[in-house]
Amino acid sequence: MKNLFKGLATLVASATLIVGCNNTGSQGNGALSSSAAEKVYVAPGEQDEFYAFLSGGYSGNLTVYGLPSGRMFKEIPVFSQFPTSGYGYSEETKPLLNTSFGFVPWDDLHHPDISQTNGELDGRWVFVNGNNTPRIARIDLSTFETAEIIEVPNCAGNHSSSYVTENTEYVVAGTRFAVPVPQRDMPIKDKKGNFKGALTFYKVNPDSGRMNLAFQVLMPGFDYDKAHPGRGDSHGWFFFTTYNTEEASTLMEVNASQNDKDFIAAVNWQKIEEYVANGGGTKMPTQYMHNVYDEETHTATSTTINEVLTIDPTEVAGAIYFLPTPKSPHGCDVDPTGEYIVGSGKLSADVTVHSFTKMMDAIENEKFSADAYGIPVLDFEAINAGSVKSGGLGPLHTEFDAEGNAYTTFFISSEVVKWKLGTWEVIDRKPTYYSVGHLMIPGGNSRKPFGKYVVAMNKITKDRYLPTGPELEHSAQLYDISGDKMELLSDFPTHGEPHYAAGCPAELLAPKSKKIYKLEENKHEYATLSVADTKVVRNGNEVHVYMAMIRSHFTPDNIEGIKVGDKVYFHITNHEQDFDVPHGFAIIGANNSELLIMPGQTKTLTWEPKKPGVWPFYCTDFCSALHQEMQGYVRVSPRDSNIELSWSLGED
Amino acid sequence: MISFAFLALSCSGGEDKKEEKSKVKLKSEPTTKKVEKKETEQLASLTVDLTNKGVGPVSSLDLPETIDQGMAAQGKDVYDRMCLACHRIGKKFIGPAPNGILERRTPEWVMNMILDPEGMVKNDPLAKKLLIEFNGSPMANQNLTEEEARAVLEYFRTLN
Repeated sequence: MKNLFKGLATLVASATLIVGCNNTGSQGNGALSSSAAEKVYVAPGEQDEFYAFLSGGYSGNLTVYGLPSGRMFKEIPVFSQFPTSGYGYSEETKPLLNTSFGFVPWDDLHHPDISQTNGELDGRWVFVNGNNTPRIARIDLSTFETAEIIEVPNCAGNHSSSYVTENTEYVVAGTRFAVPVPQRDMPIKDKKGNFKGALTFYKVNPDSGRMNLAFQVLMPGFDYDKAHPGRGDSHGWFFFTTYNTEEASTLMEVNASQNDKDFIAAVNWQKIEEYVANGGGTKMPTQYMHNVYDEETHTATSTTINEVLTIDPTEVAGAIYFLPTPKSPHGCDVDPTGEYIVGSGKLSADVTVHSFTKMMDAIENEKFSADAYGIPVLDFEAINAGSVKSGGLGPLHTEFDAEGNAYTTFFISSEVVKWKLGTWEVIDRKPTYYSVGHLMIPGGNSRKPFGKYVVAMNKITKDRYLPTGPELEHSAQLYDISGDKMELLSDFPTHGEPHYAAGCPAELLAPKSKKIYKLEENKHEYATLSVADTKVVRNGNEVHVYMAMIRSHFTPDNIEGIKVGDKVYFHITNHEQDFDVPHGFAIIGANNSELLIMPGQTKTLTWEPKKPGVWPFYCTDFCSALHQEMQGYVRVSPRDSNIELSWSLGED
Repeated sequence: MISFAFLALSCSGGEDKKEEKSKVKLKSEPTTKKVEKKETEQLASLTVDLTNKGVGPVSSLDLPETIDQGMAAQGKDVYDRMCLACHRIGKKFIGPAPNGILERRTPEWVMNMILDPEGMVKNDPLAKKLLIEFNGSPMANQNLTEEEARAVLEYFRTLN
C-alpha cells in the first residue's frame, strides 16, 4: 500500500512539475487566504446559494448539501433501508424496494440528474440510478422523498444511467456488465458475441414524472459506462461510452484494455421512437417491478411487468453509430451548445472531443472505418474535433461553465484541469485531495450552466481530516471558478461514496419545498383523521391500531388485549399541521426500526410481541417540553388469554 | 439522560414532573416553585379578561348577535379534526375546555391563540401564564385559515 502511495505521490509530483509552468501568477495560498474563508462563510441564519445533490454510492442514498458552505442538510433514502425515518421498514415504503429478485434493501447509487425543460434545469425531480440490482429512482423535489423506483430488465450494472434528455422526454439506463439476454445458463467463456448490453429508455410523463419503459436497444455485449444526452442541435441523440469492446470475461484489468480505441455509441432515440410508433420492435417476455409512491395515500405500490419492447439496432436505419474513442473512455459529456461530445479515455493522457456537426457529416457521407456487429463505426479523423493535451493522467469526467470552458477531472494525477472549448488550450489546473472522480458545476451538464463553483468529489481522503480509524468518508473540494484561475475554497466530507452530483440555484427549489402534508388531503387507508376515530381492530391474529399523535401524546396511549403471537400494525397519523414538528414512534423489541412521521402523514410499523407483559412505546423526536411524557403502554397477554381489546387516553 | 430519568421515576410519581421540568429549564428551580405559588393565587384559566385582544393577526372582530349555525357546524368539523386531540368539550384535558371561553376572553384573543400560538405565548402575558398552568404543553399551530378559525369560534359560541 505504501508503495502504491509512493507511486501516486511520484505521479502527482511529476504532474505538479508540469503544472508549475501554467501556474505562474495564481493567487497561491488557496484556502489559506482570508477571501476564501469569506467566500464559503454562510453566516448563522443565512442560507446557501445552491443546492447540491451528491450521490451516496454504496450508501444507496442521496445526500443534499448547500453550496458554498458544504453543509449537509439531508440524506434522502432511496435504495437503502433507513431506520432514521423508517424508510424501507414501514409498511408504506417496503414496496419501493421490491424487485424481481425479491426485497432488495440496498443498492449502489451513482448518478443524480435533475429534470430539464428546454435543456435547462427545471427542478421538478432528480433521477438516480441503482447500479447493482438495476433500478432507476425518481425523487420529488418538493418533498425531497423517493417517489418512484423502476427496475431495469435484461440489465446488469446499471451504470450509464440515469441521465435525462433535454425536455425530460426520457431517462436512460445502460448496461455496464453485458449479460445473456434473456438470462440463461451457459458457459462464461462463450461470452463473446453471445451477451448483450441493453440501453433502456424510460418515457417520463411530463406532468406526474412517472416512468414507463418505452423500449430497450439490445446492443453488442460491450460495457456501457457513462452517458449524456445531446442538446441544442444534437437534441434527439444520446451518447454512451463503452469499454471492454474486447468482450473479455476474465482478467479484465488486462483483457479489457487491449483495443486502442473503444467507442462512444451515438443513439438517435427520436428515430427509434418513430420506429416504435410505426410498430417496430420485438416484445420479449421478462419480469421487472414498477414501484410508485402516492403522496396522498402516503403509500407505495409495486406492480410486476412481464414484457419489454426490444430493438435490434441493425433494424433501425440511421439510428446508431459508433464513434471511436481512445483508451477505454469513461466520462461522456456534452457541452452546453450540444456541438462537442467529450470522451475521457481513462487510460489516456488526452481528452478526446468529437464534433456533432462532423459526426452528422460523416454519417451523411458514409465515412465509416468498419462495422461492429452491423453497426457502422465512423472514421475517427472525420469526426474528431480535437483533443486536449493536458499533461494530466487518467481523465474521467467533464463539466462546463457558461463561458465556453470545460473542466475535466484527472484521477491518476489528482487534479481538475480547465480548458477552452474549440481551442483545446489548457487554461488552469488545480490539485485535488486525492484522486478525484466526478466533479459538478451547478447546471454544468445542461444548456445553462450556472458556473461560480465546481465541486470535486474524491476517492481517497487519507490525511484531509482527523483520522477516524481505517474507514474514512470521502473528501470533496470546492473551487471558485468565477475568475480565470480556479481557487480552492474549502474541503468537506461527503457520505458514502459520491459519484456524480447535480446542483442548482437555491431559488429553484427552496420556495416550493413542502412544509407539511395537509391532513385533509391524507387518503391513507388506515389514516386516523380525528382522534374521535382512534380505535383498535382485531382480525384474527392481526391487530390494527389506528393511532394519532400530537404534542405531546398518543391517542390512545394505553392498549390492552394484545396477545403473544399477534401481528400488530401501528397505523400512526401525525396531527400536527405546523412546519418541522415530526413525531417519532418506537416500541420495545420491534424487529424493524422506528418511524419518523411528518405533520399530516400516516405511517405503519408492525410489531410482533413475543412475551407477555406491559410494554412501553414512545416518541423518539424531541417534540416539546413534554416530549419525555410522550409515551404509552401496550399490555400483552398470553396467547390463550380472554382479555378483550380496549384502548384509552386519559381515562382512569 | 435515560438513567437520570429512571432515577427520578423511582423516587415518587409526583416528583418526576418536577425533575423533567428542571431538566428542560436547565435546573432553574424557582420556575417550578412559582407555578405552585400561582396556583394558590389565581389560575390563568379562570382569569376573566374581556379587554385583552392578544397579539396576532386579528385586531378587531365583531360577533353578530345570532349564532350562524352553518358556520358553527363547519367549525365543529374543523375542531374535531384539528383540536380535539388536546381540547375536549366540558373537561380539562391537555389544554382547557373551550366551553364558555367568550365569557373569559375576547373573540380576537381566541382567534389569535388559534392562529398564532407561538406568537401569543411569546407576547401575551396571559397566554404565557396559561402555558405554565398547563404543564408547559405548547399549543400546536394547526395552520388553520382565518376562515376556519372563525368557524371554530362560532362553534365555541354553541357550547355551554
